Amino acid sequence: MAKTILAVDDSGSLRQMVVFSLRAAGYQVTEAVDGQDGLEKAKNAVFDLVLTDQNMPRMDGLTLIRSLRNLPTYQKVPILMLTTESSDEMKSKGRAAGANGWLVKPFDPQRLTEVVKKVIG
Amino acid sequence: MTIDMSQFFQVFFEEAEELLAEMEKLLLALDAEAPDPEDLNAIFRAAHSIKGGAGTFGLTDLTEVTHVLESLLDKIRKGEMVLTGEHVDAFLAAKDVLKMQLDGHRLHTEVDQEAVADVRMMLEALSEGPVPQPEPGGSLELSSAPSPVAEERVAGERCFRIELPAVSERDADALTAELGLLGSISREALADERVAFMLSTGSTEDDIVAICSFILDPNDLKISEQAPRRITAAEKAAMEEEQGYGFFDNFETAEMRAAREAAVSAASVPAKPVPEAAPERKVAARRETERTPGASLESTSIRVGIEKVDQLINLVGELVITQAMIEQRTSTLDPMLHERLLSSVSQLTRNTRDLQEAVMSIRMMPMDYVFSRFPRMVRDLASKLGKRIEFVTHGSATELDKGLIERIIDPLTHLVRNSIDHGIEMPAVRRAAGKSETGRLSLSASHQGGNIMIEVSDDGAGLNREKILAKAQAQGLSVSETMTDAEVWQLIFAPGFSTADVVTDVSGRGVGMDVVKRNIAAMGGVVDIRSARGFGTTITISLPLTLAILDGMSIKVGDEIYILPLGYVVESLQPNPEDIKEIAGQGRVIRVRGEYLPLIPMYQIFDITPHITDPAQGILVILESEGRKAALFIDELVGQQQVVVKNLESNYRKVAGISGATILGDGGVALIIDVAALLRSSRQLNDESIYS
Repeated sequence: MAKTILAVDDSGSLRQMVVFSLRAAGYQVTEAVDGQDGLEKAKNAVFDLVLTDQNMPRMDGLTLIRSLRNLPTYQKVPILMLTTESSDEMKSKGRAAGANGWLVKPFDPQRLTEVVKKVIG
Repeated sequence: MTIDMSQFFQVFFEEAEELLAEMEKLLLALDAEAPDPEDLNAIFRAAHSIKGGAGTFGLTDLTEVTHVLESLLDKIRKGEMVLTGEHVDAFLAAKDVLKMQLDGHRLHTEVDQEAVADVRMMLEALSEGPVPQPEPGGSLELSSAPSPVAEERVAGERCFRIELPAVSERDADALTAELGLLGSISREALADERVAFMLSTGSTEDDIVAICSFILDPNDLKISEQAPRRITAAEKAAMEEEQGYGFFDNFETAEMRAAREAAVSAASVPAKPVPEAAPERKVAARRETERTPGASLESTSIRVGIEKVDQLINLVGELVITQAMIEQRTSTLDPMLHERLLSSVSQLTRNTRDLQEAVMSIRMMPMDYVFSRFPRMVRDLASKLGKRIEFVTHGSATELDKGLIERIIDPLTHLVRNSIDHGIEMPAVRRAAGKSETGRLSLSASHQGGNIMIEVSDDGAGLNREKILAKAQAQGLSVSETMTDAEVWQLIFAPGFSTADVVTDVSGRGVGMDVVKRNIAAMGGVVDIRSARGFGTTITISLPLTLAILDGMSIKVGDEIYILPLGYVVESLQPNPEDIKEIAGQGRVIRVRGEYLPLIPMYQIFDITPHITDPAQGILVILESEGRKAALFIDELVGQQQVVVKNLESNYRKVAGISGATILGDGGVALIIDVAALLRSSRQLNDESIYS
């Protein structure tokens, strides 16, 4: 059974890139357009991995991560932040919110699949 | 696995363009004195998204500009810097540069590198600009030692191990959530249903105790601080920085788990499957597959190439013609004998019409496409001229055919420029006239019947009747003092007419109102002016909703059938022989309700052998265009019908006096008369007849 991934990003092109590369690597990917959308989709199904952007309308990535960690089903699901800022401040915020790691944008599809493979195999 | 990134470019370009437009719209609406934080966030997000995308797709020039833009916006958004009008100007300039760079990548147009450098410098200068400083001394002290403070905070994070007594699963979950708010937490099951947490947090031990005491007795807690792993963390951070990603230390990836399990099994201890996660995952996966069809619902629109839409419209056009043919051919059948066939045909007629309407609506675009480019122009022009203008739009959701909407931009731009330059007065003049210093310019669109009405309205000085008359006289136009206002206003549409005293670089540079009028007439529209001295001017443009279908009157001359666009037809009549007069050297005229109109025999223009040569025996159709009237002499009226316009130029070549062609119900081809050109040439025709 293919591993499932929830990709949350407000940028359609980036989302498309993420989805395309991860699908090509054999994962089953669901897209969400912002934190709110992501949270709703996460409530409907438990994914094996959540990838989320930080800066998004309606609900940002940190809030999404915090909300996910408040769901009993998402205590252990790996969550990675896709962020353009690799500042320590951002990292510690992400970590405090409950993220398990981060990936700096821009990244190429190979890097992404490589990281995802490390996380969920 | 290699992936060709270029396949995502198109989506990024379109997305970036939308983001830029959105950014501009927000910037223009932004009140520099009291900006809405939500708007600032939205502008920041737009810049941020473009940067992210540009970075991913390797468009470094875009990344560089968006980076400076983004950091400046971020400072403002966080209140570290106060927004000024200067910022807004710089942001707008940056938007223009980004658009130029984007076009450079997308359409391979030229990019003005100097402008790029200018904008970057401007943004950078503003970033370093005056920061709100409470006290100069204080800020100096702060800026001299910012990094240690930041490090302190990170270093202040400690790692605790919290051992709980036996609690219920629910309590443990609640505690996980609560403690999770302090920092990052991981949970570990101990023997006798006890639980231990690893919490790394900036909070103190007391905070942890305080939270736990809601649920259990603090005395049962065992809290121990773990040794921080500073050095390795620093090394790790450096390594992560290098590779562009990283995991927080409480996280075990599948790779690490596999390695650990491998190590464990190597030590010949039977590997147990990871508890609880596996069954849960199976359920999740199944639910996910059930949900997949809904996943695409988030996109409510699709992008389709315009040529596909046009092909569809063309095909539907053909279908309409075929349907008309069937209708015509079955109309001669006996309704009693063929009742069922005829009712099917009438149903086909209805369905075809619905289909045609639905397909035509695909090409419809909201007027916002046009209106949205004006706020920026109005702002720039007003500030250039030192005027204060409030710009409003109404009915931007009103839809118009894509082909028309693109052609309306230039005439509208001209009218708006005129209003700003000549219409709305300088603040001082307005104040003296007892008006508010800020002028009002409005652009509105609405549907009226099969037409769209577009209005450009200002509350400026209005048109000056005397000045227009004097100027018209000086230019040799025929004028008289008894002309009505409406007639006087039409004078400004004369070629080369300009009443502006000074030719400014904004308007009045040759391209005049005559071009506006001609462009609009070419779209089958009319322009109307209303103006009151001192109260402003309103210019109304009325356009057909689409050019692809035309209400036509079919007429017959000899054996040929022609189509007259109904919009030009005033009336048709059978003349009295005594109303037709021969004027020496001017051809014939006909008197209609006291007015003498030139009589144009259609058979002469198209060189056809007519069935009737005496106008009194035939039909005269009175046509009007550009304020000029004429009577067209034809053999007979055939009927009135909607026709699908086929372009003659693209299928054959341009023919003078013909604007297009259509296919009739019987399969025959009929030419559509270019009435405006016909009336223009009628004068020449008369002149020629003088010499012949």
